[in-house]
This record gives sequence, C-alpha cells and structure tokens, in this order.
Amino acid sequence: MLAREQSLPSEREAPIRGRALTKLYRVGEIEVRALRGVDVDLFAAELVVLLGPSGSGKSTLLNILGGLDAPTSGHAYFRDQEITAFNQSQLTRYRRDHVGFVFQFYNLMPSLTAEENVSLVTEIAARAMPAADALDLVGLGDRRAHFPAQLSGGEQQRVAIARAIAKQPDLLLCDEPTGALDSKTGILVLEAIERINRELGTTTVLITHNAIIADMADRVLALADGRIVDVRENASRRSARDLSW
Amino acid sequence: MRTLNRKLVRDLWRMRFQALAIALVVASGVGLLIMSLSSVEALEETAAAYYERYRFGEVFATVKRAPQRLSGRIADIPGVQAVETRIVKLATLDMPGLAEPVIGRLVSIPERGPPALNRLSLRAGRTVVAGRPDEVVVSEPFAEAHGLGPGDSIGAILNGHRRTLDIVGVALSPEYVYAIAPGAWTPDDKRYGILWMGREALAAAFDLDGAFNDVSLSLQRGATVEDVIERLDDLLAPYGGTGAFSRADQISNWYVTNEIEQQRNMSAVLPTIFLAVAATLANMLLARIIAIERDEIGLLKVFGYSDLEIGWHYTKLVLAIAGLGVVLGWALGAWLGRVNTEIYAEFYRFPFLFYRPGAGAFVLAALLSVGATLFGSLTAVRQAVILPPAEAMRPPAPPMYRRGGFSMAGLGGWLDQPTRMVLRQILRWPIRSLLTTAGIGMAIAVLVVAMQWIDAIEHMVNVYFRQAQHQDMTVALAETQSSVVLRGFEALPGVLAVEPMRAVSVRFVHGHRTHRGSVQGVMPEARLSLVYDAAGAILEVPLAGLVLSTSLAKKLSVEPGEMVTVKVLEGRRPERTVPVAAVFETYIGTPAYMHMAALNRMMRERPAVNAVHLLADDVHRDELFATLKDLPNVATVMVVDAAIDAFYETLAETIMIYVSFFAAFSCTLAFGVVYNSARIALSERARELGTLRILGFTRFEISYILLGELGLLTIAALPVGCLVGYGLAWTIVTTSFDTELYRVPLVIETSTYGIAMLIVLAAAVVSAAFVRRRLDRLDLVAVLKTRE
Ligand SMILES: Nc1ncnc2c1ncn2[C@@H]1O[C@H](COP(=O)(O)OP(=O)(O)O)[C@@H](O)[C@H]1O
Ligand SMILES: [Mg+2]
Repeated sequence: MLAREQSLPSEREAPIRGRALTKLYRVGEIEVRALRGVDVDLFAAELVVLLGPSGSGKSTLLNILGGLDAPTSGHAYFRDQEITAFNQSQLTRYRRDHVGFVFQFYNLMPSLTAEENVSLVTEIAARAMPAADALDLVGLGDRRAHFPAQLSGGEQQRVAIARAIAKQPDLLLCDEPTGALDSKTGILVLEAIERINRELGTTTVLITHNAIIADMADRVLALADGRIVDVRENASRRSARDLSW
Repeated sequence: MRTLNRKLVRDLWRMRFQALAIALVVASGVGLLIMSLSSVEALEETAAAYYERYRFGEVFATVKRAPQRLSGRIADIPGVQAVETRIVKLATLDMPGLAEPVIGRLVSIPERGPPALNRLSLRAGRTVVAGRPDEVVVSEPFAEAHGLGPGDSIGAILNGHRRTLDIVGVALSPEYVYAIAPGAWTPDDKRYGILWMGREALAAAFDLDGAFNDVSLSLQRGATVEDVIERLDDLLAPYGGTGAFSRADQISNWYVTNEIEQQRNMSAVLPTIFLAVAATLANMLLARIIAIERDEIGLLKVFGYSDLEIGWHYTKLVLAIAGLGVVLGWALGAWLGRVNTEIYAEFYRFPFLFYRPGAGAFVLAALLSVGATLFGSLTAVRQAVILPPAEAMRPPAPPMYRRGGFSMAGLGGWLDQPTRMVLRQILRWPIRSLLTTAGIGMAIAVLVVAMQWIDAIEHMVNVYFRQAQHQDMTVALAETQSSVVLRGFEALPGVLAVEPMRAVSVRFVHGHRTHRGSVQGVMPEARLSLVYDAAGAILEVPLAGLVLSTSLAKKLSVEPGEMVTVKVLEGRRPERTVPVAAVFETYIGTPAYMHMAALNRMMRERPAVNAVHLLADDVHRDELFATLKDLPNVATVMVVDAAIDAFYETLAETIMIYVSFFAAFSCTLAFGVVYNSARIALSERARELGTLRILGFTRFEISYILLGELGLLTIAALPVGCLVGYGLAWTIVTTSFDTELYRVPLVIETSTYGIAMLIVLAAAVVSAAFVRRRLDRLDLVAVLKTRE
C-alpha cells in the first residue's frame, strides 16, 4: 500500500505546492512577466529537474518556493502553512529550518574554512547534523580546514551542498549548481546531490538548462516564458555517474 | 553565531590598519574628553579638599587700622563661625641678582598655635616662634624661583627700616594658590612672594600693636554671605574698610574658578569634532564592507539568519573598532589628564593633587564615542538589513558614470585618460568625496584652533603692553597721596616723564546686581599709559559718566544712558549715581574708567594718585631702582619688560605643549581620513587598476589614478579647513573663553593657516605613501581572479 503510493506521487498531497503563481518585474516603463501563472507540486523525497532556457523564470520560481521572494499573485504552501502569507520572521524561520540552497556561484564565505562555512548554518538550524558529517557526505571530510581559496570550483560547490544539507532540510533547492563547472566536476557535484536525495530523502529541485541532467530526475518540469509547458516523469532515474555531456 | 564571530575576527584582522586608523580617531576624542573632564574633576576636588583642610576663609576684608577688640564684634555677626584678624603689608625685598625691587607680601601668623583660618601647608622647615621677630616662612614658588630654603636670609625694607629676615620654613597657602601681585596679571614668582611673619613681630614693625588691617571669616552653614558682608562693612567702615568680599571674589580662588569653568566649556567642543569624524569614517568603512559582502549578506539570509542577527553582526564590527578606540582613548585620556593636571599644578600651587579620575568620565566618554560611531554606521547597517535575500544574490548594477559630467565636456580635450578617471571617480561618489574633504578639513580646523591661541596671546601682549604701556615701569603707592608727589618722582634719577594713575575701590550696584571692583581715572592727554579697546582704538572718556567694559556692563546688566550706583569704599566713602556714558570691548578683566577730573569730583578730593607711571632713562635704571627700594611709600614696582617676560614664561611653554598635543591629534585625524578613503578606493578599484597594469600602465600612473583623487580632495579641503577653523575658533572664543577673567580675541595670522595646511598635507602624504606601498605590491593575478 505504502509502496504503491510512493510510486504514484500524483495521488498524494504534495508537501510543497505553488498555485497560480505570477511574478511581474517593473523596470521603469518596461514590465517583465517572469512567471505567468504557475501551478506546481513537489512531493516528498522526489528529485525534480526544472528545465528551461535562460530567462524563462526558473530562478524566480525557486526563490518563491524557498521563501526568498514573494510572488506578485498566487500562493505557495509548505505542508499546511502558506509561505506567501508569512511575515519576515516566519520566512526566516522557514528558510532556517526547512530549506537548503545551492547556487551557481558557490558563494562560500572566503574568510571561513570549509567546516566553518557549514557550521555557519548548523549553528542556527533546528535539526542539524555535525558539520563534519555533512562534509563526509559530499566526500570532503579531509578538506575541512581548507579555506575556499584553497579548493577547486567543484570542491567549493560540494562544500556549498554540504552547507545546504547539513541542516537536514525538507527541501533542497539547487539553482544551476553545475553551471560554472566542467562536466567531470559537474558530475561529482550531481552525485553528491543525488546521494543526499537518496540517503536523506530530501525533496530536491535542481535547475538546469542542460537537458541531459534531466535524466537523473524523478520528474522534469519544463519552463518557458514564465509557464510550465511540460511535465515528464522518468520511468527510471539515471545515475549521475552515467551522465555525460 | 560562533562561526560568524570567527568571520568577524578574521575580517577585522584583514582590515586592521583601517580599523586602527578609525580607532585612533575615536581614541583622540575619548582622550580629549577624559582629559577635560578629569582635569575639571581633579581641580575641583583638589581645591575643595585644600580649602577645607586648611580652612580657607569665606569672607575677606581689609581696613586701614582697626583695634583688635573689634574682632569680638565681628564674631558676633550672625552667621560668622570663625574670625582671623591679621596684619598684611607689602615690603620691598632685596634679592641678589635683581636690580628692580622685588615685592614681598607680609602676612601675619600667630606665634603660638595655628591660625583659625587660612592655615599654612608647611613644605619644609618649621613655622615662626615667639620672641624671634626676624623669622619668616616664605611661599614655595618664591623660594623655588630664588633657590631659597630654611637657613637662608633675605634683606627687606619694612616700613622704611632695613631688616634681615631669616627663613625658617617654606609653605603653601589656600589663599595663594595663584599668587599674583597687585596690578599684575600673571604670577611672577621671581618678583613677587608671600612671607609669613609672626603677628607680634609684624605689629611691631608697622606700629600696629593691638590692631589689625585684614580680617578673614568663615561662615556657619546656611549663613547668607551678602548679609555678613553688609554687616562687616558697617563695622569696618569707620576704620577705613575698603569693602568686604566673598571667596568668589578672592583673587586666587577667582582664577582657579575661571580656569575650571573654561576647561569645562572646552570639554564640549573638540571631542565632538573627533567623534563626528569617527562616526563618518565608521560609516564609510562599513558601507564599503557591506557593498563588498552583498552576496554574503544575502546568503546568510538565505540560510535563515534573521535581519536582526545580520544587523548585529555588522554592528559588532563597529563596536569592536569603537571598543578598541575607547580602550586606547582611556589610556590616552588617563595620561593626558595627568599631564594636564600637572601643568595646572605648576600655575596653581596645591600642596597635593587629587588626580583620581572617576569612573564617570571614562564611562561617559565610552558611551558617547560608541554611541557616535554606532549612530554613524546606522545607515550602513540598515543597508545590510534591508537587502532582500534574493536581491543580494545578484551582483549590484554597475555604477552609472555620467559621460561628460558638468565640466568634463569642456575640459575633455585637455585631460589625459588617468585624470579623467580621477575626476569621474570624484563625481561618481559625491557624498563620499564631500565627507573625505570635510574630514581632512576638520584636521586643518583643529590645528587652526590650537594655533590661534598663540596668535591671540601675541595680540593681547601687543595691545596690552607694547601699544598701551609706553611707560617703563609703574610704581604703586602704599597709600593714596596728593598728586604733589608726582614732582618728587620727576626728580628721581633718570626719570624722563611721569604720569599719575588713580584707581578707587568701589561697589557698583544696578538693581539687584552688584560688582566689587574699581574705577580708574583716565588722564585726558595721557601719553604713557593709554587705554585701548579691543579694536585697537584709544578709548575716549567723556568729561562726565562712566565708561564700562562690556563684560562689566553685562554683569551689571546696564546699557549706555542708564544710571549705576557707585559706592566708593575708601576716603569719605561717597555714594553716587553715575550715568554710563559708553561701553567698550576689552580682553582682560572687568575694568571701568572715568575722566580723572570726574573721578576727583566724585571723590570730593583734591587730585590724588595711588600709582605713578614712569618713563626712565636706561642708563640710570639701576640707580632709579635703588632709590625706589628705599622710598617708604612705594608698594610695588611693575617693570613692563619684566611683566612681558613673565607672561611669556608662564604661558608660552604651556601653549606649546597644548599645540603639540593638537598637532598630534590633527595628524591622527588627517591620517585616519586619508588612509581610510584610500583603502576604500583601493578595494573598490583593485580590479580596475590591476587590469590597467596588465594593459601596460605603469605603477606611477595607477598610483596617480588612485591617489590623484585623494590629492584633489585634500587640496579642496585646504580652504574648507581654514574656513571651518575660523568658525570653530570663533565658537570657542565666544563660548569657552568668555569668562569674567578674560576674553580671548579672535586673531588668526595668515601664517597659522599656512602651517596648519602644511602639517595636514604632510600627514596626507604619509598616509598616501602607505597605500602606495600596497598598490606597488598589487598581485595582478589574484586581482583578476577575485570575484567582486
Ligand atoms: N530583479 C529583477 N528585475 C527585473 N527583472 C527581473 C529581475 N529578476 C528577474 N528578472 C527577469 O525575470 C525573468 C526571469 O528571470 P529568472 O527567473 O532569473 O530566469 P532564469 O532563472 O530562468 O534564467 C527574466 O526576464 C529576468 O530578466
Ligand atoms: Mg536563473
């Protein structure tokens, strides 16, 4: 019964939901419609890839779901709470305890070591694992004491992943995590994300405009021009190790 | 938060020089404030304790000669606690090595037991004993000036008789904390000293057996000083009393009080400047850090750090810098306070010095400086707090450079590319450029303020001595005499010209305001001693009416045309209502003048004098001095040159100490501002400059681009600083130095501006050199790799 439910996610109530989300940016006279009415469900433990050309609204959607940004209209929910109704401090708490972010530019604090960069988050989160464990998970247990300047781009990005998952978030949001990396390093980073998703069961959203990466997803949402234009469920996920581009 | 603190510590270490530069400016402000406050505290406490322990009198009066039995009736005045009658006389002393007469003030002390009031603090030897009429105790400053001590002796002329006095002790007294000769206006320890002599011995020498000519009182708690003075005046009037006065008007105490007052006023102005600059610097630095750390701030918010936590993080950075400044400032302030108090102790002779700066000054200085820097960094911290997390993840929009700008279009053809870059940078950050200019300007202003004291003093000396006093010396008479004595002076050896001087002790009354002072007679065609107003014009005194100094007019609250009651306190003690004919501005004291003829009329007297101005031939000077020493009625001889020397001696050294303090402070200020601005500019433009180096620009050229901007701002700061300095000097002069004692004229020589600008320029060059060293070591590869 339980196994069946997991294989049919659409029949369950999704823990993270977006309804009729729109986002309008106004720059002087010009209006940019970044989102034009997006409905989205993210199910427990699934790995979703958000695919779409640059400027299609991927980051905007991710930021709204992560409580970084507010939509112009529409609603977003986390479990039985409405994210879009949160005030500033509720948003802060939501991000602190439930969401992990990974960005294209690793965004580590240059003055802190790898382990300290992770501690920065574990110190304030509710159910954090030890920073060292998080680094072990991304295969960097032996590089703890290194400063970002002493790490390669891929290693820095893995530290960023460790930092994002150390709090054991319910939702891991990765915005083009491999965008700045070559394919070999990119795959190492994707492996780390895949492992987190598998072992910790963290709902994961991965933004990319690289269609090949979509193969490692449970589901693929394609965005274009501020709308979800296609939803595809992969019959089977390909392991990140097997990808190449 | 522990990890965040670690980041804080590392960030601070990375910018330690900048942090230190700001901390030093904070420290200067804190140090100055503590110096002022603790000096005030030390002076007040020391004076209070000294007065209390040595029973300094509260009401004083002098008479010609009053019988000792009057003392009982004085004691019966309601409110009087203790009465001490004394004999006080002036004597000419014969000091080896000094041709001119030295004045000794002889003050009686009981031969048995300590006096009820005005006790001595014995510094060496012992006090006088009965039956040895030649024994004296001398005042410590006088003893030091002449290298005298117990066992030495001095020649003196007492009441026309030559005597040899044996020094048995050296002492200080609360009455002569500031020992100033009658008619002088700075202490001259070489030419004026206090000698305490046994009461019986002094009475015998001046034929005052069973009589006294000076009385001090202490009061019971709750007694009204004015009532006691009134009753005392009534009792003393028949015996030639010249009006009792309270401790507030006692000359030594009056100087001490004025000094404290002035120091208190000063404590507000200068620390404010330093703290304002520190606040500005903190703001500039923090704004830059926050601009650099946009991503990190956004990221922290993404992780779930609250706005408050982020605000607090950056606030801690400011607190750390301010904290360092406070700690350095505490040390500096404690040291400066001590130095300052010790300088005072040279002028104001206390037997002990309470320099126990209370926690209050330190806490206040810390609160003020931390508050100021926090306030200054508020807008920057706010920038961090309001940064929306998603926004922070995007790089800031490249700054808009305006093509052309206001003057660039016209000058464009003339300027090379680096110079254009310099100008664009200034135009791009107008507020920051303005603040930098203002900061450097403040450094100049502080120096101008410090050095204008030298100019002001030079000016006062010029007006008061060189211009106004053409006489070589002024001989004060022990008693008022008919002006026939002038002829006697004309006949003295070497005397070329003689001019009378007459001053009358009076009490001015206007409404409920009173002032005890004197009216001085002015000769219509004086040629030796002239009265100048502050503007340098010779004072015109009309045939009738009073001419008051503005300070006195203010104290009495009268205006020209109004009437003032003048109660004369000597001679026949007439009481007159006199119109105020005019007021005039003067720098020192609260003088009042009348036409000599009008004064004589008011006194209902034949022309009389109590001092004589002499113009004398240099060749006969020693002969003249020798004759003057023997004249019985001569009280003091004020030699103008010696007075000028004494004035410079007492003031010049102190002023130089203060000016060098301020030069150091102002260099700190200039250094702090220039260094900070340069570092901020460097951090902003390292990439740009590194790129230029790669493109083939020389080190000199890129230094020019970076430092040229500061050079321009510094040059712009020069006139600004001079202007602000003038304004500041004006403010200080009109607020802090407007005491009853004196008003400092606002005189600033052109050279003062020049020196101030040169010093600040030098400080700017030194700080630029520091940054230049960094520029030369610019790591080109690293520069291009770092993400901004
Ligand atoms: N702060 C903003 N102001 C104006 N336009 C914006 C802003 N952020 C995003 N946009 C615009 O919204 C659209 C969607 O942006 P984004 O979600 O970042 O796209 P993606 O991540 O798919 O590349 C783009 O056209 C972008 O230019
Ligand atoms: Mg994007």
